[in-house]
Amino acid sequence: MKALLGIGGSEDSLHALKKAVERAKEAGDELTIAIVENPDASLSQAEVESRAGEVLDEADFDAEIETLSGHPGSQLLELAERGSYDRIVLGGGETSPLGKVQLGSIAEFVLLNARTTVTLIR
Amino acid sequence: MTREYPDEVAGPYEAPPCVFEDRESRQIAVRRYDGDIEPLLEMYRKFDPEDRAQGIPPTDEDQIRNWLEKLMTDDCLNVVAWHGDKPIGHALLVPDRQGSFELAIFVLREYQNAGIGTGLIEGLLGAGREEGIEHVWLTVERWNKPATALYRKVGFVPTDDGSFELEMAARLSPDTE
Repeated sequence: MKALLGIGGSEDSLHALKKAVERAKEAGDELTIAIVENPDASLSQAEVESRAGEVLDEADFDAEIETLSGHPGSQLLELAERGSYDRIVLGGGETSPLGKVQLGSIAEFVLLNARTTVTLIR
Repeated sequence: MTREYPDEVAGPYEAPPCVFEDRESRQIAVRRYDGDIEPLLEMYRKFDPEDRAQGIPPTDEDQIRNWLEKLMTDDCLNVVAWHGDKPIGHALLVPDRQGSFELAIFVLREYQNAGIGTGLIEGLLGAGREEGIEHVWLTVERWNKPATALYRKVGFVPTDDGSFELEMAARLSPDTE
């Protein structure tokens, strides 16, 4: 399996980063981590990139890291098609103060437009 | 993320306690609630999974308990609709990090479409205004037309239409500037 993880620095995407790396290691999947621009995230792309590096080091796992600029959803889909990935992996949404799951706009765009399977990580 | 609140103040709403007859001629009492979670736990055990929204209420007993415990704290505002001694509806305001409050409302299926949601949410907003709460927001699944209609009726206006969930907001008092 060739999986493409898209993260932008929101809390759910950092959770997804850990889980996706664990899963890829377990399953022996090939993983690419794409860092997208998320205007709602509190971390910069450089900070997200160093976080991704840390998680990979901790897990003792290798994955390619790509930084994407421009519209996050469409850039991610373009990379997925260009690189013939079989799966796109994303964070599964933020939780509101009341506990409601709120899907981000990137996840929504990817879900509606992707040609591959999309996995949301909870 | 900044949210635009409507200029117009919503309401007026009667603050609880209040008693009304629903469209099925049942006597419904709406009161503020800061008691034990057990009666609410009882209500949520009977909650129809079809009426869940964005993952709440949880379905597993321990998760419901855990969720309720977080909502029954001093900084949250809870209002319950009672039919006799049974809670049949629950509405609440929970603070976010920006000083506004998120709203949610739950009514048991056999008590829906009887005007209880309106009575309950108006009671909650009346209580919220009494507490000096200015800004209230919520999210609702776009396809949930009955809920969206209820929120519009009591004064919420859509603020963000860029996602699966529709976000709506209401102002409970004028700007204090």
